Amino acid sequence: MSTAKDQVTRMLALVPYLRGNDGVPVAQVARDFGVPTRQIIKDLNVLWFCGLPEAVTGEMIDVDMDALRADGVVYIDNAEFLPRPVRLTTHEAAALVVALRTLRSSADDAELAAVDSTLAKLESAAGDGALASSSVEVHVESVDPATHRTLATALREQRRVAMSYLVPSRDEETEREVDPMRLLTAEGRLYLEAWCYRADDVRLFRLDRISAASILDVATTSHADRQRDLSAGLFQPLEGGPSATLDLAPNARWIVEYYPTESTQERSDDTLRVVIRANDEQWLRRFVLRQGGQVRVVAPADLAERVSADARLALDAYDE
Amino acid sequence: MSARKSERLMNLVIALLVTPHYLSKDRIRQVVDGYRGQTDEAFDRMFERDKDDLRDIGVQIELGTFERGFGDDLGYRIVRDEFEMPELVLEPDEAAVLGLAARVWQHARLASQTSSALLKLRAAGLAVDPDALSTLDPRLAASEAAFEPLWDAVVTRTPVEFSYRRPGAEASSRAVEPWSVLSWHGHWYLAAHDRGRGEPRMFRVSRIDGAVSAAGSPGEYDIPADIDVKAMAMSLFPPPPSAAASVRVRAGTALALRRRATRSRPADAGWDEIDVPYGSVSELAAEIASFGADAVATAPPELRDRVVAHLRGILEPAVGS
Repeated sequence: MSTAKDQVTRMLALVPYLRGNDGVPVAQVARDFGVPTRQIIKDLNVLWFCGLPEAVTGEMIDVDMDALRADGVVYIDNAEFLPRPVRLTTHEAAALVVALRTLRSSADDAELAAVDSTLAKLESAAGDGALASSSVEVHVESVDPATHRTLATALREQRRVAMSYLVPSRDEETEREVDPMRLLTAEGRLYLEAWCYRADDVRLFRLDRISAASILDVATTSHADRQRDLSAGLFQPLEGGPSATLDLAPNARWIVEYYPTESTQERSDDTLRVVIRANDEQWLRRFVLRQGGQVRVVAPADLAERVSADARLALDAYDE
Repeated sequence: MSARKSERLMNLVIALLVTPHYLSKDRIRQVVDGYRGQTDEAFDRMFERDKDDLRDIGVQIELGTFERGFGDDLGYRIVRDEFEMPELVLEPDEAAVLGLAARVWQHARLASQTSSALLKLRAAGLAVDPDALSTLDPRLAASEAAFEPLWDAVVTRTPVEFSYRRPGAEASSRAVEPWSVLSWHGHWYLAAHDRGRGEPRMFRVSRIDGAVSAAGSPGEYDIPADIDVKAMAMSLFPPPPSAAASVRVRAGTALALRRRATRSRPADAGWDEIDVPYGSVSELAAEIASFGADAVATAPPELRDRVVAHLRGILEPAVGS
């Protein structure tokens, strides 16, 4: 978007905003509009030259430049012809509605009502600009509503939770006490970020792997400073975690689209050689077993041996 | 230069908004300061570009005819009801919800469109609080390069073409009518009518190679009823359970299977027999294999055979060696 379009968009919102906020500090305006203060001052200097055509009254929007210079506050006058902001564009409405639908999918039933009524009001305000509800869909796996409710309540009341958590790579059910920090939706699933007293660290827990969550009569300790930055993705394999070199048959090439791989190399026999890093060796073992003959372990040798031994042992049970 | 352009655009909006009648192009040239002193050609170019720019930011300029002298003339105006945001009243909890929406998009342009929407709502007097404290933190990423043009195509109903590459296959050129974009497990998909193949298709956005370009005009096609698009989206989901399998599992193991089991009974010493609902035999067979010797498929025979074949596949010599 060019700067002139940005500026006009902002000024068309700025006028009704300022009419409703007489004497607002310019720094506050800048914060609300998410731009530097000097930009708002530039905008006001342009607005000063805008107004009714001479043929009507020739009156310009009146910005009190003295008050701005002396006290850093904004007063405008003679702007009755712009009482309301511009209607949302189709793109704005779509971006906002999809954000709300995503929010909806992480809300528990107590919060759902507010999200739904907001969505309904916005969709009607967008009018023709509203997207068909199927135009953008954000799917989030459903979870046990009782678990979700328990965790949301614990978060609101800032109380510690006891729960069972399934660790599939180790095929192990663990008992933990945690201080919930936030519920987040990412990559189509709900997670609880919490301080885990078992790990003595911040952990992400997939909600569908939590069972038997109960609220304890203990207040949580604040761990806000420990919130993880998830902008680089949910799963960052441990530095120095185990890795494996695998050859993927054509039918298994989808793996590179779903799992982070460190290198990929086309081979003459139509396989793709990849290096994949995990947080523990057990995960790698189960992963390869699950793919059957579509994935071969090239290295390390002991992983290849473990997998073969597992497969042989498993086959013994079928006495064929 | 840009400040002068902003000023001209603002004055054009105001002039067209306050006029009770259509304004002819000549009249606009007289009353809007920035157009005065331009040559005919420069004015024409400026005026056309200004109209486009205003349309981009959501200001629709209406063209109509009005009586002038002995005939009709063409003129322009902005209809206030279409220009202004309708009245909207939000409860405090709803305003808080809006504040949270600002944080959802992890995509620069969509995040900025959300912010500009919220800005307008705030200008309309709504107490949108972007710092509202909440324990909810949903985020929606879109790192695929083709996401943005496809999003635009869906929003504006514009046909597009692109090169599509499935893993291990040659790229092919596709011309499609985009219906819907879907986020599933962190990946974006496009549901569209494939013009070349004459039928609806799903595309994985990350498999689109290179540029997405327009292959027609906005609004050129209609999107079928919601229900059909949703049915298409269902093709991404694993099939719902349609039968139950019987699996023997070692005590204290195969916990993920046990969680889904509808029934569990003790079998030989140290083993349980569980019933697991499933929708896809091959999916369940692969999952059973991942537990190694801790899980044994017993019924149906089809599942049992599939697990055996899967395990043998692991032991077969590698392809090409």
